[in-house]
Amino acid sequence: MRKLALSDEILLTIDKPARYIGDEVNMVKKDLDKVDIRFCMCFPDVYEIGMSHLGIQILYDMFNRREDTYCERVYSPWVDLDKIMREKEIPLFALESQEPVKNFDFLGITLQYEMCYTNILQVLELSQIPLYAKDRTEEHPFVLGGGPCSYNPEPIADFFDFFYIGEGETVYDQLLDVYKENKRLGGSRKDYLEKIAQIEGIYVPSFYEVSYHEDGKISSFKKNNNHAKDTICKQVEMNLSDTFYPKKPLVPYIKVTQDRVVLEIQRGCIRGCRFCQAGMIYRPIRERDVEFLKSYACDMLKATGHEEISLSSLSSSDYSALSELIYYLIEEFNGKGVNISLPSLRIDAFALDVMSKVQDVKKSSLTFAPEAGSQRLRDVINKGLSEESILKGAMDAFRAGWNRVKLYFMLGLPTENEEDIEGIAVLADKIAREYYTITKDQRNGKVSIVASTSFFVPKPFTPFQWSRMDTAEEYLVKQKFLRSKLNDQLNRKSIKYNWHEAELSVLEGVFARGDRRISKVIYDAYKAGCLFDSWSEFFHNELWMKAFEDNHLDIAFYTSREREVDEILPWDYIDVGVTKAFLWREYKRGISEKVTPNCRRACANCGADVFNGGVCYESREGAAL
Amino acid sequence: MKIRIKFTKTGTMKFIGHLDIMRYFQKAFRRAEIDIEYSKGFNPHQIMSFAAPLGVGLTSQGEYLDVSLLSCDEPKIMVEKIKGAMNENIQVTGFHFLSDNSKNAMSIVTAADYKVALKDGYAFLSKVEFEEKFRAFYQQKEITILKKSKKSENQVDIKPSIYHIGFELDEFSDKIGQRRENTVDISETYENDVKIYMQLATGSVNNLKPELVIEAFCEYAGLTFHEFAFQVHRMEVYAEKNSGKKPTEAFDIERKLIPLEAMD
Ligand code: SF4
Repeated sequence: MRKLALSDEILLTIDKPARYIGDEVNMVKKDLDKVDIRFCMCFPDVYEIGMSHLGIQILYDMFNRREDTYCERVYSPWVDLDKIMREKEIPLFALESQEPVKNFDFLGITLQYEMCYTNILQVLELSQIPLYAKDRTEEHPFVLGGGPCSYNPEPIADFFDFFYIGEGETVYDQLLDVYKENKRLGGSRKDYLEKIAQIEGIYVPSFYEVSYHEDGKISSFKKNNNHAKDTICKQVEMNLSDTFYPKKPLVPYIKVTQDRVVLEIQRGCIRGCRFCQAGMIYRPIRERDVEFLKSYACDMLKATGHEEISLSSLSSSDYSALSELIYYLIEEFNGKGVNISLPSLRIDAFALDVMSKVQDVKKSSLTFAPEAGSQRLRDVINKGLSEESILKGAMDAFRAGWNRVKLYFMLGLPTENEEDIEGIAVLADKIAREYYTITKDQRNGKVSIVASTSFFVPKPFTPFQWSRMDTAEEYLVKQKFLRSKLNDQLNRKSIKYNWHEAELSVLEGVFARGDRRISKVIYDAYKAGCLFDSWSEFFHNELWMKAFEDNHLDIAFYTSREREVDEILPWDYIDVGVTKAFLWREYKRGISEKVTPNCRRACANCGADVFNGGVCYESREGAAL
Repeated sequence: MKIRIKFTKTGTMKFIGHLDIMRYFQKAFRRAEIDIEYSKGFNPHQIMSFAAPLGVGLTSQGEYLDVSLLSCDEPKIMVEKIKGAMNENIQVTGFHFLSDNSKNAMSIVTAADYKVALKDGYAFLSKVEFEEKFRAFYQQKEITILKKSKKSENQVDIKPSIYHIGFELDEFSDKIGQRRENTVDISETYENDVKIYMQLATGSVNNLKPELVIEAFCEYAGLTFHEFAFQVHRMEVYAEKNSGKKPTEAFDIERKLIPLEAMD
């Protein structure tokens, strides 16, 4: 029998022991004596969140196809186990072999959101790996990072040996081949880093030095090692129908957030919303072949036994063979105990038809993400969703029997004024009014509208990367104002308002656009007890504030400051294809309320055509909206 | 058609709770492409019912689940099919057709056999001392324990709910009047060899957990009870042969227990 790293006593005392035992269906088992490279993949959050992440499943599958490599997994131990592991000095272990992570060759950490940064330190510390890269020796694994937050890795740069900028499918093989070669030649840790620093997409922070002006801005960013590159070019996989995708994803025992087959239908987005980082860094949009998707859907459902399949993409309605794919899925699986879930669909006749086929109309709700309350502000952010189309979509749905609507907005977008905020309340009310134009015997009880607001956080590689972000106080004033406006509405009783925590967003804002000096703040906050910051019950703002104070760093410098066009931004050394000139152009267009058409209507010359594929090279004749 | 499936739960699977085992089976049946019946409506679910949920931490070789199938092959083929979709620590060992009017597994459970073994590494009595003391403990007229529920605390006599005990498999088999095969669970690897077999009342009417018996014994023998020191392994689950009647005390005296898989 497999020996577990934790004793029965521990496993039976903690919450959800299944988080730590591995052995899930489709888990890869390998003979440790027959592999050369041991790679531990980490999602720095609790198991249920980490297991829901598609990227890890793709890489897990990809690495394990290599005979010489065994890729295992680790997630953040929940606070109950964290305590026990510290007390008993149990080293953090990987789920597959149950062996300590510190004995591996690599610890790869995926960076999906900024608020997981202290969890990274937890994983390192529990693994008994030095937190700072500079303190690691030949015995320690290489700690690498990838994923969306690696597009500005500076705030956590000191904790990582290197970062991988781009989509995982492309150069990982090279990384592993070089590792084996370096080991065979008896090369050192530094030798390895120097070799991989020459691979496209690899960023070794220790090979660069940053200096600052007196006002805190960056004065220079220079490499101090000749093997390092001047700019790090994001790596993309251009042919998505001829690449890795797990046919047999892992099936957890306990319920996880995405307990279903996830089918990625395309990468990237044509829309160009000016606040959206994913929409910029994953350019250009690349579709997967519909036949590829059909066959993967069948194989994955068969190999997992999941009762749900979900299509994943930033804006599914833009996938060109969408109706073919969805009707195929309905035909094949609906009514056979498989639910089909369709997030990020624009509400139109097609969507309503599909939804009525796959969902219980009475229970499901419509989702709109207008993001801003007024047309003016929607033009500023380039969100091509008009009030007219929202009202029409809602009305069509009401007629078809729906009576629940969810609306998502952001507060604090650039140029926002009181009218824009009030617009949120007015729009919610207008939707309710539409509903009540239907005669009583034709409608389905009362309408229920849920409006949610989150706070706008400017992200690197978006047109708003230069923008000022509101302070927590400003956010709260806006939230209060909106609440009072919602209360003024005729249909206020039908409208529920949900909001996010302001302090958390401010911190996220610091990490998103922070520089290397932030590392120390994260370190101090972690040491003071910050962990699982994205879980509001564990978020301790006062500890964070103290850490900033102790390090003489001003939050406002990172958040509520408008940047100039010529300021050196901490992430400027990364080339994502989309050019800084384009982003600046978009920023200016945004401020002057000019809409930029989507990639299929007209190319805006963003720069992503350097990757030689995807939408940039589609013909635009007669293209749809 | 109604089917009763018998399965084992061993190794690391002991940490998977009952609800998750249910989800596990639903997925396994899909992977195996079993033609199972679904409930109607927008959220169809497989029609299945488990006998006596097993607590987290316990292993078993005698778990049961009833399902409703629309079509199927011979039992032998079905067992193979399901096995192909399972974890090595949950194995299907039986596949039996039930008559349409049979009661579901959950409602007919009345007793179960357990093996309780001392894990290595815990300070406890030696095998000889343990057996001697336990016999004395069992010979008491009454074994009262304090049963705590949410509302109240009650003194209860658990002696009538302990149907049989034995220290060796043969001895136990003789007492229960049925042959029990040697088990392949983790407790067979312990070096101390301190173990006891028990047949206890189980089910919704009267349910005695083996842990409670051990706790009562520890109290009797003046030992500190350590909740993780014993591995409990369920060996079989029974129904009353005459399962229409509610068990009464008089009826208990002439218990006619048959394993769930032997019912039709
Ligand atoms: S180059 Fe043009 S078509 Fe290609 S992603 Fe940029 S804007 Fe879109």
